[in-house]
Amino acid sequence: MKHYEVEILDAKTREKLCFLDKVEPHATIAEIKNLFTKTHPQWYPARQSLRLDPKGKSLKDEDILQKLPVGTTATLYFRDLGAQISWVTVFLTEYAGPLFIYLLFYFRVPFIYGHKYDFTSSRHSVVHLACICHSFHYVKRLLETLFVHRFSHGTMPLRNIFKNCTYYWGFAAWMAYYINHPLYTPPTYGAQQVKLALAIFVICQLGNFSIHMALRDLRPAGSKTRKIPYPTKNPFTWLFLLVSCPNYTYEVGSWIGFAIMTQCLPVALFSLVGFTQMTIWAKGKHRSYLKEFRDYPPLRMPIIPFLL
Amino acid sequence: MGRLTEAAAAALRLRARRGPLPLPFPREEDGTNGGASEAGEEKEAPGRRRRLGLLATVWLTFYNIAMTAGWLVLAIAMVRFYMEKGTHKGLYKSIQKTLKFFQTFALLEIVHCLIGIVPTSVIVAGVQVSSRIFMVWLITHSIKPIQNEESVVLFLVAWTVTEITRYSFYTFSLLDHLPYFIKWARYNFFIILYPVGVVGELLTIYAALPYVKKTGMFSIRLPNKYNVSFDYYYFLLITMASYIPLFPQLYFHMLRQRRKVLHGEVIVEKDD
Repeated sequence: MKHYEVEILDAKTREKLCFLDKVEPHATIAEIKNLFTKTHPQWYPARQSLRLDPKGKSLKDEDILQKLPVGTTATLYFRDLGAQISWVTVFLTEYAGPLFIYLLFYFRVPFIYGHKYDFTSSRHSVVHLACICHSFHYVKRLLETLFVHRFSHGTMPLRNIFKNCTYYWGFAAWMAYYINHPLYTPPTYGAQQVKLALAIFVICQLGNFSIHMALRDLRPAGSKTRKIPYPTKNPFTWLFLLVSCPNYTYEVGSWIGFAIMTQCLPVALFSLVGFTQMTIWAKGKHRSYLKEFRDYPPLRMPIIPFLL
Repeated sequence: MGRLTEAAAAALRLRARRGPLPLPFPREEDGTNGGASEAGEEKEAPGRRRRLGLLATVWLTFYNIAMTAGWLVLAIAMVRFYMEKGTHKGLYKSIQKTLKFFQTFALLEIVHCLIGIVPTSVIVAGVQVSSRIFMVWLITHSIKPIQNEESVVLFLVAWTVTEITRYSFYTFSLLDHLPYFIKWARYNFFIILYPVGVVGELLTIYAALPYVKKTGMFSIRLPNKYNVSFDYYYFLLITMASYIPLFPQLYFHMLRQRRKVLHGEVIVEKDD
């Protein structure tokens, strides 16, 4: 069996960082990363990006050395991705924040509103309903993070946690401030509006959860396989016929429902910003599906049926 | 990180880093850029010099000549006013229509970035133009009592000189005939003009604060149907505070550009 030699160069300076000899031909990139960490312990595998070309795409952990277009002496280029943090950690932190912060405003903890309102309760039923919905939403997200989702990547750059938490926590505080304000004005069309909004919210939460479960079932535990998602017996998943990312569609729907329920402009703005971001992600995901699968259903749009 | 070897430098760095900046949003849900361009480095596409269509070149040339002319007209009007009246009082009023026209027209620069005929990022152009629109329409136009403040003249002078230099730089670049002194001006004047402009703008906003507080202008109070509030006074305070992180970034970015363009200095950027 012919062994390979692998030299690892810095992608920016072309400096020779590491030379590995007697590498098995069927070694994976993950194994090479582990070997590299031995000589450079500050660069743990999650923060290594190895590529064949200094400006090319990163190689995947599962890629096998002998399947790559390299000779028996392979040259790999290394880029430091920066400090990494596990995706689970980021999700748990960014979702726990809004759950907790909203409740601070709901219970009118001192120093938020005037002192005469400390620990008072709103007289509007919709305010209590909104608290239940908002809290349910984030509890659902936390549980999904722990038990449902199967991630493609283990980590993301550390700076993301600050950016993401600012976004989620900031908006949660901004929305919660107005909804739980002593001068809150309930929706113009009263109970009718709230009932309709609640229906939208519940349907979209169920839909979102159904999609998460369907996506989980596509991928066996511990694997990173990618398959085309298809509708299942669950009617909520039938949206896959029309969009690539129905989880995002349902998520936007939930927040629109919440906005109608609370008739609160900051909620509408949060929905709009979220929608913008999710559309960018959906379009990216849709494009990867189209690139990876020749037989991808042509009727599907990224996030909004027929439109976007 | 140290200096590159000359060969590596020639291959990698001797070009103005004017490529599009990364979007503020990550391209993938996990926060990476799909492995394509981590840490904000642009892809080095072969044949990097942008091939502009004829229509785009003609339009941009016309646009930049028109803007150069417009700001020149403004400059001359300001000088003439001061020479005739001997005071700055009433100066803003006399030039405000021209100022509003040309500064608002600059919104087109965002479109230029969007459609890709200018290599600047939409966000950067957006921030730059928005801050000007904000000063002109939301401060000097809307808060009449501060129009005769000295600080207004301060930033108007800074803007005028900057824009004449900038637009003539673009014009000559498009015509492929850039006199060295224009390039020199573009990359040196800002050293004084940026801080002067910032001081003028900040002093003007500061002068406006009492009027904003007294009139409660542009503000929404609770309770209201949409359960939102906005206090223009606090918004202005936050805006003034935002100059603290933003201005040094812009200033040092221009200083780095200056070193590269004027002195051909090779700088290896820190990994972001």
